[in-house]
Amino acid sequence: MSPSYGIIAVAVVSIATLAIGAYGWRFSRTTSDFFVASRSVRPALNASAIGGEYLSAASFLGIAGLVLVSGTEMLWYPVGWTAGYLMLLVLVAAPLRRSGAYTLPDFAEGRLESRVVRRFSSVLVVGIGWLYLMPQFQGAGLALGVVAGTERWVGGLIVAVVVLVNVMSGGMRSITFVQAFQYWLKLTALLVPAMFLLAVWAGDGAVSPAEVAQHATSQDVWTSPLASSSAHPLYTTYSVIIATFLGTMGLPHVVVRFYTNPDGRTARRTTLVVLGLLGLFYVLPPVYGALGRLYAPDLIAARAADTVVLELPNRMVGGLGGELLSALTTAGAFAAFLSTSSGLTIAVAGVLSQDVMGRRFRGVRAFQAAAVVAVVVPLALAVLADGVGVARAVGLAFAVAASTFCPLLVLGIWWRRLTDVGAIAGMVVGGGLSGLAVVDTLMRHTHSGWPGALLAHPAAWTVPAAFLAMVVVSVLTPRRLPANLSRTMVRLHTPEAVELDRGPLPL
Amino acid sequence: MSPEGAPPRRVRVTSPRTTAGRPRRVNVTSEIDAQTRLGEIYMSSLVRVQLRLAGLVVVAVLVAVGGLPLSYWLFPALDKIQVLGMPLAWVLLGFVAYPFLLLLGWFYVRAAERNERNFTDMVERS
Repeated sequence: MSPSYGIIAVAVVSIATLAIGAYGWRFSRTTSDFFVASRSVRPALNASAIGGEYLSAASFLGIAGLVLVSGTEMLWYPVGWTAGYLMLLVLVAAPLRRSGAYTLPDFAEGRLESRVVRRFSSVLVVGIGWLYLMPQFQGAGLALGVVAGTERWVGGLIVAVVVLVNVMSGGMRSITFVQAFQYWLKLTALLVPAMFLLAVWAGDGAVSPAEVAQHATSQDVWTSPLASSSAHPLYTTYSVIIATFLGTMGLPHVVVRFYTNPDGRTARRTTLVVLGLLGLFYVLPPVYGALGRLYAPDLIAARAADTVVLELPNRMVGGLGGELLSALTTAGAFAAFLSTSSGLTIAVAGVLSQDVMGRRFRGVRAFQAAAVVAVVVPLALAVLADGVGVARAVGLAFAVAASTFCPLLVLGIWWRRLTDVGAIAGMVVGGGLSGLAVVDTLMRHTHSGWPGALLAHPAAWTVPAAFLAMVVVSVLTPRRLPANLSRTMVRLHTPEAVELDRGPLPL
Repeated sequence: MSPEGAPPRRVRVTSPRTTAGRPRRVNVTSEIDAQTRLGEIYMSSLVRVQLRLAGLVVVAVLVAVGGLPLSYWLFPALDKIQVLGMPLAWVLLGFVAYPFLLLLGWFYVRAAERNERNFTDMVERS
């Protein structure tokens, strides 16, 4: 693709993002605006915003690349990311909103009445947030490198600057509008080119991508839903399923959006709309991956499979039309980096400003200072840890979230006997074990056989370990039950329409 | 009894039942607020019915979606099945999974809101 169209696309998306953010600035006045958009976002707008935030670089570029290389087994990622929302809906959505907290650490402290649990959760939110921000910046560098031939760090820097300007000036209120816009942009950016590509494919005789045996992977392997490239396909497949199904509810940027709903009932309805929006979107990336097998198989050997979404329109349509369609997918990719990074920055900055900087700065100032820290650290990490795949790093963030916050939320909401000591034990065990796998991956060690499979996809053993530790230690420390447990359970579970004493609300 | 024929002091005698007989209105919300045994029972019944519903959906997902890798591992011949010119696994994971998950979500939201309505009716009627 000629660089000019790609650069124009990136510029247009960045400017539109800032302009829509500026529209939201006018409404952002209070601390509550900054953190949770004053809890007044309606389901339709909020669902678009959640969809916009959730569909990251891994969804937009990663899935197509993975499907191109490995085939059907990679469809577990989009299915798991959608099913994760269903798990979130049935297990935590309404009670989490009703808890009335700002952030995950707020929830942990409110439920377990312990400052130590709060501090543990804060550290984990920041860790998971940074682990997830890093591949966003790397992906941006990769994409801009493809369309404009720039250095790897330039794309990440652009994303970081645009996100910081928006987050610092408008907080959650303006980010909500921006992310809603970005969902529809991402959907259009995949849907419209896909129509043209499918028309070309049908014109070429509609050869099934499954029938061409390409390169290293034979046809049988490409169509199997098991992780055939792994030494232990069944284990790896189930570990991916557990990480994605249970990790979604523990991602800090996903959870923080729930506090922007007016009440528990709208939180549920919002989540249902999100399920629909995600399903609509996730049908498309695998189409690019499958068509890539027919029209761009050389990308596999060139280790550039992640760029298949950006390359394909240009190769299949050609001419000015192809250039424009490729520019459109580039715009969508940048929207993906911007929206996910914004959400993560808000979540991390919210926690940093409350728990680390709150003493020195106050309110909005603290939030803005925290946003800078929230972006700069993962940007540096992205430059240092260059070479760890985008999907790999995102997968690890899911595994850590599933091993720490998933048990905390599920047991905290549904099990009265959870104690603060139990929660800490579970988070230490789950976070420690999955963190070990993360460090091992970032150091780029390679293992073969079972150790390799267990460390590459840790969720299948770290999640049960974390649940077990939480339950056992809680049962052993029955004296540590929080004093206001009954009041908290009333607040979490009763519909807002019933007038009850729910104890003091955090806001 | 006073002596010297002084008239006894008149005392107004009333039945204690005139005040106690009127039923005091105790509704469930105040039972819950006071964290009485009864209030706890109402609360745990709400939590239990919602948890059972959530468990139902989780099991449905586990059986339908989680059973897929196992069945492909046990019966590799499934790989050969074609639907509409595509491998069966591709059709299931690429297209069918999303409406299925959405349908489950829709069922859950309806049932959860019904449970909450029942709870609201119960505590406000009494």
